[in-house]
Amino acid sequence: MDITEFLQKISTTPGVSGYEDRVAEIVVEEFKKNSHQVRRDALGNVIALKKGLNSGPDSLKIMLAAHMDEIGLMVSKVEEGGFLRISPVGGIDPRSLLNQEVLVHGKKDLPGVIGAKSPHILEPDEMEKGVKMDKLYIDLGLSEAQVKEVVSVGDIITIRREFVRLGGQMAAGKALDDRAGVAVVLQCLQELQGLKHDADVYAVATVQEEVGVRGAIVSAYGVAPDMGIAIDVCHGDMPGVPEYRTSFLGKGTVITTGPNIHPVIYKKLVELAEEYRIPYQKDAAPGPTGTDAWALQISREGIATGLVSIPLRYMHTSVELLSMEDIKHSARLLARFIAAQKQDGLKELTECF
Amino acid sequence: MKELIKELTEAYGPSGREETVRKVIEDKIKPMVDKMEVDSLGNLIARKKGPGKRVMLAAHMDELGLMVTYIDKNGFLRFSNVGGISPHILLGERVVFANGAVGTIGCEKIESMKDLNFQKLYIDIGASEQKEAEDQVKIGDIAVYQRGFQDLGRRIISKSLDDRVGCAVLIQALKEIESPVNDLFFVFTVQEEVGVRGARTSAYRIKPDYGLAVDVTRTGDTPESETMAVALGKGPTVKVKDTLIITHPKVKKIMVDAAERTGIPYQLEVLERGGTDSGAIHLSREGVPSGVMSIPCRYIHTPSEMVDYDDVINGVKLLKSILETPLD
Amino acid sequence: MLLKTLSESSGVSGGEQEIRNIIRQQVSPHVEEAETDVLGNLIVRKKGEKEGPTLMIVTHMDEVGMIVVGFEKSGLIKFSKVGGIDDRVLVSKVVQIGPQKIPGVIGAKAIHLQKPEERKKSIKIDDMYIDIGAGSREEAEKKVKLGDYISFITRFEEIGDHCAKGKALDNRVGCAVLIEILKKQNYPYSFYGVFTVQEEVGMRGAGAAAYRIKPDLALVVEGTTAADVVEVKKEGHVTTLGKGPALTIMDASVITHRGMVQFLKKLAEQNGIPYQIRRFTGAGTDAGRIALTREGVPSAVVSVPCRYIHNPAGILNLKDMENTVKLVDVFLKNLPEGGFNNEGID
Repeated sequence: MDITEFLQKISTTPGVSGYEDRVAEIVVEEFKKNSHQVRRDALGNVIALKKGLNSGPDSLKIMLAAHMDEIGLMVSKVEEGGFLRISPVGGIDPRSLLNQEVLVHGKKDLPGVIGAKSPHILEPDEMEKGVKMDKLYIDLGLSEAQVKEVVSVGDIITIRREFVRLGGQMAAGKALDDRAGVAVVLQCLQELQGLKHDADVYAVATVQEEVGVRGAIVSAYGVAPDMGIAIDVCHGDMPGVPEYRTSFLGKGTVITTGPNIHPVIYKKLVELAEEYRIPYQKDAAPGPTGTDAWALQISREGIATGLVSIPLRYMHTSVELLSMEDIKHSARLLARFIAAQKQDGLKELTECF
Repeated sequence: MKELIKELTEAYGPSGREETVRKVIEDKIKPMVDKMEVDSLGNLIARKKGPGKRVMLAAHMDELGLMVTYIDKNGFLRFSNVGGISPHILLGERVVFANGAVGTIGCEKIESMKDLNFQKLYIDIGASEQKEAEDQVKIGDIAVYQRGFQDLGRRIISKSLDDRVGCAVLIQALKEIESPVNDLFFVFTVQEEVGVRGARTSAYRIKPDYGLAVDVTRTGDTPESETMAVALGKGPTVKVKDTLIITHPKVKKIMVDAAERTGIPYQLEVLERGGTDSGAIHLSREGVPSGVMSIPCRYIHTPSEMVDYDDVINGVKLLKSILETPLD
Repeated sequence: MLLKTLSESSGVSGGEQEIRNIIRQQVSPHVEEAETDVLGNLIVRKKGEKEGPTLMIVTHMDEVGMIVVGFEKSGLIKFSKVGGIDDRVLVSKVVQIGPQKIPGVIGAKAIHLQKPEERKKSIKIDDMYIDIGAGSREEAEKKVKLGDYISFITRFEEIGDHCAKGKALDNRVGCAVLIEILKKQNYPYSFYGVFTVQEEVGMRGAGAAAYRIKPDLALVVEGTTAADVVEVKKEGHVTTLGKGPALTIMDASVITHRGMVQFLKKLAEQNGIPYQIRRFTGAGTDAGRIALTREGVPSAVVSVPCRYIHNPAGILNLKDMENTVKLVDVFLKNLPEGGFNNEGID
């Protein structure tokens, strides 16, 4: 499948943290076409294995991790009149929710709107303040009795948003954090079909990253790789934010260094990007990267970890915006990285210290 | 079960000092289990063998406490909190140490209640100088609320219902289950209140196929309370989400089906702030599908927590019904 | 003095190369094995007369510092903190950047140029720069790379009455203690010495090392807060300089094993080693990770009190360090063959 089509499909499919099955089905389907076996673990992580040449128990294992969950909402109470109170799943800015259209995934999918007072009846000081989550509610246009037939406390809610293709190679939509990373992993698997590689590649679409990198914790333990690379999004350039805190959209994949990252992995990624003339940018993270890489690094006896990111604007809203070019560059770099790893390279990961 | 709850809640057992509670539980369950052991953190792990899947049940033994950090020359004790205590509820409170020493909590002169924090509070054990205080209490000793069990009929007030009521539910279920369908590990955990620590190491040891914590949860049924669709007396809850876990949909279904099959009242629970042992269990090793059954409880983390006895009885029934489910 | 060398070398979390090399050089002649793992922890094995319980003595070698995150057109360098540092101590300090140790100063707008209301506020890191004297971004990038680690330049000195001043005493003092111990001979049981990485950014190294070693027990050696200063009331002192090593009952990361703590207290009393209880339950150490590794590991923490930790210049009492060495030494000599369990704790 074309990578933009794939991204469009998974972007618009619901998959809030803990409830990733619908998006996982699509991912399993596509990963299958480009790997030898695919399984889902106890928490629902999709784990595809693409074997290397002469694959065996001693083969070098590389894990790619991109999370397929998205932030969303959950029904916390059905109020009188059938209005739904909501609880966030993951880090949602309540100010981005006012008057969004949503789907409530009850016994069936119900369309609804997050209520917002009309300006005519707003108190002047209300407009000044950011709205709080506990003041928001969803209106399904149904009576309380009708609501209670199909909706229960704990049902999942997603924002409705079409995938929008913009000018140039830009696209916008919901859940591009981190479905864009999943697209990178798929494209990397596709590129690897044409390359020789010794390493066994475990392509993992993780669950529950947005609520505490939970899927990565258990899948890293399960796969027990020698090297792990997380693929996530990072903040794109925009007015009012200093340049050193962002990366440029369309100027290539972002390679991160810092305490979370193994120095050899970083060095090799940069060298390969240079060698194959793949556009790239660098970033330094002083502590937690807020990605699956943070979990990967300290799994079991420790894993040599890397992080490759796609610049994205308006993170954690339903209009996340990125360049498809950056996805392609990231995938190409990862494929080259994997193809370049040899069994005897493992020693360098400890001897460099 | 009220006698059991009384005995458990009145026992001394802050995080890291759970041995008295553990002893009470050990004596009660010893005749009913196949194997019982205490691990290096102090978790009590009791196995009741069955042919099916390995299921870990967890209720934590520890309660909140106050650790003495300084004794001044006049015999007043300064302290830090062990677990999530608000300084506001400590004013005028009485506390007791492991050796029975009792004190009351006093406060420095403050201009406004907004200035109240732990640094302003002290424990007065009636000593008039440092030496006299040190004869009874040492730096590092931990005090707990001194509050008795109060039976109001349908409802109960006590300290540390969080989570001794969970321990009671586990003990009662253990008594009533004769030949389990699944391979059951009843774990009475330590150090939940300081970061679900005991559950983490015990889950690693047990390697369960499923995990289920039994704990208390907040309610939204008191005047001007937070928005929450849980009330006292409407049955135990099936948790859907809290800070530490999103219940595995499969486990949620098992729990809901078990309640509906047997006609036990239950509530669905979404908790905005808070977590339980399942938060640690479900991330053990390669991941463990896990859930939480909660007993609704008002005034959590105060000396006077309140539960509805019907919820407790129904909690035992629901737990038994869940455990009777053949799991794959 | 060994502590001087350790204190003055750099080793910000994630960039521990220099300090690790120094430690490796110091301990290699005295240990059976010395290797690094994939995170950069330095793990050594000290042979004893026989094999007893698997013990790891753990001390972290990293320090808080900064990292280069960007360049201005003018050649000034933007930086972020690695680990917990109070923004207010950063201004007007001298630093060294990267493996080449390029010197620089942390600058901010001069007081003359600040508006009256600005002067009342603390200066935030976003308003500070490191100036290495480069005239342009290109010139700066020739000397310094994005992601280079930055540490303070502070000369180590013995001052006052048995005191010493320096940077990174948390936790080079722990390293000094463990190195001294590893240089000694004839302990009854073999044990592991572990110099961990990345404690200051979330105790990252210790868990992996513990997972690998599978210890029966762990002893963590640390430099801990001493707030025995004017401005702080006695009940807030946490620990006191000169009163001996501090034993932890509980901090934000761990409740230490009571049997081990009682054993350490008893040994100190029997051997005339002064000790104190750490009078604070905040902050964390590597013990937090180790204690929860696999099925759980009985753990204890012995700390050397240090004033002004996480600042460019701290102060400790050298006698506390010597007494910490003594306490760890008698611990190793008297370690029970069966380790520690939960039986028999009063």
